[in-house]
Amino acid sequence: MELNAHIPDGPIEKKWDKHRFDLKLVNPANKRKYKVIVVGSGLAGGAAAASLAELGYEVECYCYQDSPRRAHSIAAQGGINAAKNYRNDGDSVRRLFYDTIKGGDFRAREANVHRLAEVSNNIIDQCVAQGVPFAREYGGLLDNRSFGGAQVSRTFYARGQTGQQLLLGAYQALERQIGLGAVQMFPRREMLEVIVVDGVAKGIVTRDMVSGKIESHVADAVCLATGGYGNVFYLSTNAKGCNSSAIWRAYKQGAAFANPCYTQIHPTCIPVTGDHQSKLTLMSESLRNDGRIWVPKRKEDCGKPADQIPEEDRDYYLERKYPSFGNLAPRDISSRAAKQVCDEGRGVGGTGRGVYLDFDASIKRLGQPKIEERYGNLFEMYERITDENPYKVPMRIYPASHYAMGGLWVDYNLMSTIPGLFVLGEANFSDHGANRLGASALMQGLADGYFVIPYTIGGYLAGIKPGTRIKVDDPAVTAAQQTVTDRVKRLFAINGKQTPTHFYRELGKVMWEYSGMGRNEAGLKKALELIPQIREEFWKNLCIPGTGEEVNQSLEMAGRVADFLELGELLVLDALNRRESCGAHFREEWQTEEGEALRDDENFCHVAAWEFKGDGNAPVRHTEQLSFESLHLATRNYK
Amino acid sequence: MSKHINLTLHVWRQKNAKCDGKFVEYKAEQVSPDMSFLEMLDVVNEGLISKGEDPITFDHDCREGICGTCSMVINGRPHGPKERTTTCQLHMRSFKDGDSITIEPWRAEAFPVIRDLMVDRSALDRIIAAGGFVSVPTGSPQDANALPVPKENAEMAMDAAACIGCGACVAACPNASAMLFLSAKISHLGLLPQGQPERYSRVRDMVAQMDAEAFGTCTNHGECEIACPKGIKLENIARMNRDFIKASLTYRPAIVGTGGG
Ligand SMILES: Cc1cc2nc3c(=O)[nH]c(=O)nc-3n(C[C@H](O)[C@H](O)[C@H](O)COP(=O)(O)OP(=O)(O)OC[C@H]3O[C@@H](n4cnc5c(N)ncnc54)[C@H](O)[C@@H]3O)c2cc1C
Ligand code: SF4
Ligand code: FES
Repeated sequence: MELNAHIPDGPIEKKWDKHRFDLKLVNPANKRKYKVIVVGSGLAGGAAAASLAELGYEVECYCYQDSPRRAHSIAAQGGINAAKNYRNDGDSVRRLFYDTIKGGDFRAREANVHRLAEVSNNIIDQCVAQGVPFAREYGGLLDNRSFGGAQVSRTFYARGQTGQQLLLGAYQALERQIGLGAVQMFPRREMLEVIVVDGVAKGIVTRDMVSGKIESHVADAVCLATGGYGNVFYLSTNAKGCNSSAIWRAYKQGAAFANPCYTQIHPTCIPVTGDHQSKLTLMSESLRNDGRIWVPKRKEDCGKPADQIPEEDRDYYLERKYPSFGNLAPRDISSRAAKQVCDEGRGVGGTGRGVYLDFDASIKRLGQPKIEERYGNLFEMYERITDENPYKVPMRIYPASHYAMGGLWVDYNLMSTIPGLFVLGEANFSDHGANRLGASALMQGLADGYFVIPYTIGGYLAGIKPGTRIKVDDPAVTAAQQTVTDRVKRLFAINGKQTPTHFYRELGKVMWEYSGMGRNEAGLKKALELIPQIREEFWKNLCIPGTGEEVNQSLEMAGRVADFLELGELLVLDALNRRESCGAHFREEWQTEEGEALRDDENFCHVAAWEFKGDGNAPVRHTEQLSFESLHLATRNYK
Repeated sequence: MSKHINLTLHVWRQKNAKCDGKFVEYKAEQVSPDMSFLEMLDVVNEGLISKGEDPITFDHDCREGICGTCSMVINGRPHGPKERTTTCQLHMRSFKDGDSITIEPWRAEAFPVIRDLMVDRSALDRIIAAGGFVSVPTGSPQDANALPVPKENAEMAMDAAACIGCGACVAACPNASAMLFLSAKISHLGLLPQGQPERYSRVRDMVAQMDAEAFGTCTNHGECEIACPKGIKLENIARMNRDFIKASLTYRPAIVGTGGG
């Protein structure tokens, strides 16, 4: 397998400009003759489908929800970054580029990240023009807040509903194209296979989640924008339906899977309350602008109400350990610090797995109305879930699985190792290295969808003769469809005793225990024993009621769990092979005396991209060397 | 830890759009007050699957009150008894030991039942497709700060833009009108300078689409506002009506240019 990133030559600031000029163009009259399938209607997919249709391509867009507006991007709370420098506080494209590379612990590709920083400003312009109601100041200009891992204020936001508003912007642009007949929308469709003909992506197979019908759709190019795989941990901040099936099918058809072990555990989520728990709720990182994180200094104080623990008995551990970034230290660092104090027995709340996020000082300094204006809906959400009023008692938070930096390998054009298969948004691996900074995923999804794919897909399509699209009755298409039909049959044929959720929970426990915030060789090896056992049991003892020819949510869940049971193993294998700590990937064997991640640049300054070699065979690990020409490899320091 | 409770559920079961449906009774036992309503149903469903029975189908996704997917009528109220709370955010501490709970799908001609508690709300998407947008192709805008927006307007626009498109307003309305949903979008875009050029064509096109779907007319019952989990206010409907009247008075069919040359 060849991993050619196709990075344009020339100085980093000029690469994208030069590349856009070098890319071949599709004659406007010919655009109608090309059909593009976009799977996903989140920020990446929604933006791509709308923008490609505006250019004149024939577009089909798919999502599993009942409406494209419900893609998981809707749940993003805190904000979106851009290098506007409206604050005059020293921001620039280069600084955003630098912060993102550094935040990712020097495990991302320089050229891609620079492009991301360059287009970040266009995104804000585009969204404002669409009517996204970003927060404003009294003068009527846009407001900003700060996010972790940055010392400038570059995050644009719409209360605690930034993702919702950005997605509604993209959704409305998409609906406009649907209304014009330029996009055909297929909601309640689950993609279950990529159609690959002679090594090139030519379409997808879907299941209609209402009728159960399995259908094939052909196109000249396919874009996957199906989001991340954070749900492999079972409990996560992702929506219940978030899944890895689309990218996992693509992997099994030959698309390399890059850095599966780079998964982010978000420091500020509402702690688990019991076995019934079906998901975890994020409390936006933006809260760390005004909230202070602490635990009691002494174990004995943990059971006491917070207001009975005097100031001198509190340990504001982030402020203590990282004086210059304090409560805004990056996510990976903050999460591990929380785990550490809880491991020491200083955690708070019923389970001892929680730390305080305290607004008392800010409320005293700014007044409750100001805090309400900034975070009102988050406070309400917290109270609804926990029945505690965070204006009165500090919030309790704990880390939870949140985001996947890993994903399908793509080159500079966002094309995977399967020609014609492009991957956008969280589904790809490209921009965040080993750790994503807050407010950068929304930026990346929209960058990919609005400003990158419309150019790069043209370069690909220009090389295909219009009108040569494969027919839907082609034997290769029928064969792909048959594999999906067979897989569904196989799931029903097991006819065992346990529910899909049962196996899902089992997998989640193993993933969290051995491959969560801290990883070590023995644990990872243990996980490599346990996961295949769960998988085997799944294929022996799964029970799905009903049939495949109707709405069947158990079948949907079973298919997703089957894929997670395979992806989980690859994730662990990748974690085992990456014998260093970097960003969110923390191998306990590699840490500094102070307990910080210890990179091994000599041996691991590369992307690991896995190639599928058939069921039952070991996948092969390929590498793409990362070179830092514009920035210097440095140790991250947030002290 | 508070005490567990036992409940009796009366759940609407309907195999598909064509079949008739009926209420079926289930017991939900040992329910923790910390569970969300959907987690309570998860537990009931796990029990049903283990017995080889079909679990209750219901729509859900984010489970944090923002995607607008969850949609059930609980004891006669869309999204249940708690104000400004979606079903997924409703917690079992809102119920007492021994309670009986009736659970039904959204009831409206425009939202046909797909199965059990799951309905088809695509009519709402078609209303947006008819005009609920600003026509601004990717790549065309000016600098984001070129056009200041008074903070007050931005805040009011945001209040309206908070609509999650769940359809509870339709389910609550005796006439199954979609006016609150519509007016939220009209207000959101109409309060911003970016939304001005299409302000009147937008309201006209969206209302025309609403009329083409099976929604009823608004007779000012106000049930929608009470049911809305996002606090969308009736004043939006008043604002929309003003725009609609103006739009009707000034309506001129579009002149389609030939774009020659
Ligand atoms: C709670 C939360 C808060 C967040 N807050 C922030 C924030 O403040 N700032 C920030 O930058 N980032 C934030 N993030 C991260 C960010 O929201 C996501 O990374 C980003 O929105 C992903 O966008 P996407 O378009 O790649 O995928 P998604 O929005 O996840 O969209 C995936 C799409 O693919 C479809 N799909 C998936 N699988 C299939 C399939 N098999 N078949 C058919 N369709 C399929 C879905 O229907 C959906 O339309 C947050 C994430 C979470 C979970
Ligand atoms: S107006 Fe309220 S009830 Fe109606 S769709 Fe929007 S959020 Fe739901
Ligand atoms: S499941 Fe998303 S709002 Fe309830």
